[in-house]
Amino acid sequence: MLNYIVVLFIFLAIMYSLFSGNASEVSSAAINSSADAVGLVIQLAGAMGLWGGIMAVAEKSGLTGKLNRLMGYILHPFFKTLDKHGKAMEAVAMNVTANLLGIGNAATPLGIKAMREILKEEKTAYTTRCVAMLVLLNTASIQLLPVTIGALRSKYGAATPFDCTLPILANSLISLIFGMAAVYLLFGRKNVLKYPRAKILQRSS
Amino acid sequence: MLISDLAAPIVILSVLLYGIYKKVDLFEVFVQGAYENLKIAVNILPALLLLMTAVGMLSASGALEAFSQLISPLLDKIGFPSQVAPLALMRPVSGSGSLAVLDNILSVYGADSFTGRVASVLMGSTETTFYTIAVYYSAVRLKAEFPVFISSLTADFAGFVFSALIVRLFY
Repeated sequence: MLNYIVVLFIFLAIMYSLFSGNASEVSSAAINSSADAVGLVIQLAGAMGLWGGIMAVAEKSGLTGKLNRLMGYILHPFFKTLDKHGKAMEAVAMNVTANLLGIGNAATPLGIKAMREILKEEKTAYTTRCVAMLVLLNTASIQLLPVTIGALRSKYGAATPFDCTLPILANSLISLIFGMAAVYLLFGRKNVLKYPRAKILQRSS
Repeated sequence: MLISDLAAPIVILSVLLYGIYKKVDLFEVFVQGAYENLKIAVNILPALLLLMTAVGMLSASGALEAFSQLISPLLDKIGFPSQVAPLALMRPVSGSGSLAVLDNILSVYGADSFTGRVASVLMGSTETTFYTIAVYYSAVRLKAEFPVFISSLTADFAGFVFSALIVRLFY
């Protein structure tokens, strides 16, 4: 799927640039974006390393288990097939907590950790219902306090910059509900949707 | 404001303190966890190189702006401020790009205008879906399949549609 999207984006960019005369911008983007990607990954690598270490300490000390017992009441119904007190559920709880607290650079590494643990527990290399649910939770942007947006709004003279907090939360929940409905419709009673062309690129233990 | 500023430091401190309390060898455990994750960061890079090149080209071409102009009469009819359309199109694709668009919208229309509010709600309640999916899937070396795009993009689309309604409801 990502294959088609990438080709579609590049095709559209070139076609439209021919039409609008932006060809030089497009070609400089083609050359420079790879450096942006490296910069982004370096930035991400710092966060990934840090939060990977913190997560390991939290796991070893039993803190993630405690958090999971708390968050599990809300979260486990959406991940019914996972062991309620297993490592995967613990990682999901950590990931959702980081999202809620708005620690953006922790949410990604913890989400990846959750993804790995889910795949390990379900012993699969396909998108299962739980994987789709995890990705959805991370693309719906559930956050208690929208820090970046509040800061930007106060920069442009909002009377109360954070008065958007509740509407944003409400809208996040609405989009989450629609996304979940889509997951349930797509998967039906099945746990895994296998596509003929889906294959593992390389097994990572 | 203060709580959110301190969220990350407080989480780090409390995890480490609890680790010491439980007699965990902090450095050894931390280093092992960090090392595992650094390896994953390397896994992510190749996929991001391609995705970000494609996204960079698309946003540089101006095709998204042109498309949003094309659909703006339709949006006006359903009560969605058409000025927010570029943000709605940019949001799932590029995080930095959409932040720049939001900045522009707020500076032109004001933060407390209807347009500014819808843009803020839209930005806050959706994510950079394509980037997130690419990162998560390449980190575990798995192929991102159709259903995960559908469910996440459904959520994004609902976020766009309802942002204008929510703003009308709340203000």
